[in-house]
Amino acid sequence: MSVDILMPALSPTMEEGTLAKWHVKAGDTVKAGDVIAEIETDKATMEVEAVDEGVISALLVEAGTENVKVNTPIARLGEEGASSDTPTSPAAQDDKQGSATKPAQAEQAAPAAVSKPAPKPLNDPEIPAGTKMVRITVRDALRDAMAEEMRRDGDVFLMGEEVAQYQGAYKVSRELLQEFGDRRVIDTPITEHGFAGLGVGAAMAGLKPIVEFMTWNFGMQAIDQIINSAAKTLYMSGGQIRAQIVFRGPNGAASRVGAQHSQDYSAWYAQIPGLKVIAPWDAADAKGLLKAAIRDPNPVVFLEHEMMYGTEFDIPDVEDWVVPIGKAKVRREGKDVTITAHSRMVGLALQAAETLAAEGIEAEVIDLRTLRPLDHETILESVRKTNRLVSAEEGWGSMGVGAEIVARVVEHAFDYLDAPPLRVHQEDVPLPYAANLEALSLPGPDKIVAAVKAVCYR
Amino acid sequence: MARSRKADSGSDKGDDTGVKSASRAQLLKYYRDMLLIRRFEERAGQLYGMGLIGGFCHLYIGQEAIAVGMQSISKPGDQKITGYRDHGHMLAAGMDPNEVMAELTGRAGGSSKGKGGSMHMFSTEAGFYGGHGIVGAQVSLGTGLALADKYRDNGNVSFTYFGDGAANQGQVYESFNMAELWDLPVVYVVENNQYAMGTSIERSSSETRLHKRGVSFNIPGEEVDGMDVVAVAEAGARAAQHARSGKGPYILEMKTYRYRGHSMSDPAKYRTKEEVDEVKKTRDPIDHLKEKLAAIKVGDDELKTIDAEVKAIVAAAVEFARTSPEPDPSELYTDVYLEAAQ
Repeated sequence: MSVDILMPALSPTMEEGTLAKWHVKAGDTVKAGDVIAEIETDKATMEVEAVDEGVISALLVEAGTENVKVNTPIARLGEEGASSDTPTSPAAQDDKQGSATKPAQAEQAAPAAVSKPAPKPLNDPEIPAGTKMVRITVRDALRDAMAEEMRRDGDVFLMGEEVAQYQGAYKVSRELLQEFGDRRVIDTPITEHGFAGLGVGAAMAGLKPIVEFMTWNFGMQAIDQIINSAAKTLYMSGGQIRAQIVFRGPNGAASRVGAQHSQDYSAWYAQIPGLKVIAPWDAADAKGLLKAAIRDPNPVVFLEHEMMYGTEFDIPDVEDWVVPIGKAKVRREGKDVTITAHSRMVGLALQAAETLAAEGIEAEVIDLRTLRPLDHETILESVRKTNRLVSAEEGWGSMGVGAEIVARVVEHAFDYLDAPPLRVHQEDVPLPYAANLEALSLPGPDKIVAAVKAVCYR
Repeated sequence: MARSRKADSGSDKGDDTGVKSASRAQLLKYYRDMLLIRRFEERAGQLYGMGLIGGFCHLYIGQEAIAVGMQSISKPGDQKITGYRDHGHMLAAGMDPNEVMAELTGRAGGSSKGKGGSMHMFSTEAGFYGGHGIVGAQVSLGTGLALADKYRDNGNVSFTYFGDGAANQGQVYESFNMAELWDLPVVYVVENNQYAMGTSIERSSSETRLHKRGVSFNIPGEEVDGMDVVAVAEAGARAAQHARSGKGPYILEMKTYRYRGHSMSDPAKYRTKEEVDEVKKTRDPIDHLKEKLAAIKVGDDELKTIDAEVKAIVAAAVEFARTSPEPDPSELYTDVYLEAAQ
């Protein structure tokens, strides 16, 4: 029996080419790997090698022929002796191809409606009546979360710059080295790209690392490992390889540290499927969500705020305080306007709400808490009540968190809106150092108040 | 992470590594495993030409001795990780050729259910951690696998492969530093095939002897003939023992050559046909092994039996890869997240 040799595609985009030259003629014996022809495309000249062994019985396309379509038979090969190769020969390929690949093309023509699985509703754990509240800084809440999870699970460890002997650049890992030793609290060299990669590798092997970046600005060095390695591998491996890992550290603008140390990465990471992204405001959420993040089997980006580390909040004094990922929280109820915020902006939005209340505007303030998955149901429910929306974030507005929220509200609750939504965000410049310019650049309560008044036509 | 270096007992070369002289059976297994990779890759190239494999496809032809030789000295529990030229490594690790070929064709029967493709294949069962598309990223990841081994004190070794191209990425040296600093059990296997895509090592590297790249980190390294499977296995055993015994990382620079272009669409204008032919003629790893087999009187009939077995395996893999269905559309949204335990 004979086998057709087909015009090969030599690149992902090649559709046709010139059969420039034959290296064989009818009657020649070829074996796998022999160069039989040269093909030219607009990009290059390439050699075609034989894959089967046999005798060339005919050349079907003359040398010099242009515009030979991919998969056109160009030569015929007669096999030497018996072969078990029949089912995979290119000739058989043609008809099989019909059954194997054509459905795919049909699929593309009329894409099947594939719907995303609906998220499950989540709620904060009930706090039993009479539960004692304790006052604690955000810094210590984060520390306690890590310590509790490290006590609970021997696979959890912390690595990063100055996390051990120095006790943390911002003292978030204070006394962890003393309790857990240097096997589980690991000082790294200044090498973010490298140690983030090591963390992801250890997570692929089944450990549960917490990787601290001294700030998320330095995490930029490691963004490839976070996105390409941590976020995508579960999918690329068809569910085989997990990366249970938390990347955490301070995010956003501190105070007077200049452009390279002051950036909000919320929108950057919240765009990536495969990551969960959390940005808490108060101590209870910092602790409860960090504990949830460490237990979550997916890679989590945990965005803290340096300006919040020293702030004290009440936190329920319960045995195992875990807050579910993916659920926003209404921090203040109101009927006139919805303000969304996350991280430090929540406090500023609440300040703005007090100012507005004095002027007779009752704002509802939603703390997003988790940016991916974003709890848009809570936002939509609020907007359907207030009919007005202002989003507030510390990062830049263009392509930002607010842009996403506004898009979702317009898509799902357009008819409820009484005014175009507005976004409050950092000015569209790198953060300046000069005190007055820095204050002008960053969003604060005044800008939120002004935006709310605008959407309320006041 | 504290250092754990055990007292140096002198040269590693005198240790009993278990592969002093490869047995007849071992040599025949090398032959079979290398031939499987070569025939598999030739078929993959053919399927690419027919449009059944899409995107990028980087063939391992010419480099077979490295994956096969190193696999022969690894132990159950050891981990393997490499870049995007991964088909040969997966076959060497013992993964089902059907699943590998079906991943190339993007079918449900592929090792990643068709969602990874040529560059992204994994097998937790075989200890194979991919299959990574960003040059050099696998070096940090592989060092992290070794960090997990040390954390668990399980005696396993991470075999971390990369090419001469990756050898100039910064994170490779960040990883070298931490690996030596913490005595991590990792063997870095540099597959120096002389060309990073179209750039020869002379044009890209101020120090072309890549086994010396660990010098400033105190990591020992040696150059190995990567076209000689027995030499690969012997060097691999020395390196693995060094890492396994708590002495930290080791670098093996495998001098090798890829016969095909960097990927399928590479016309390979950066080297002459004569250069390629010369390597094929004088250094081919399979021919080289055939000479060794002839010297111990392995007859043609025995090799022909293996040839037929390999041909049948590859034919079956092609058939499976062509007939396995495409992934169900519902797979679009699976494996993005794992469900958190409640």
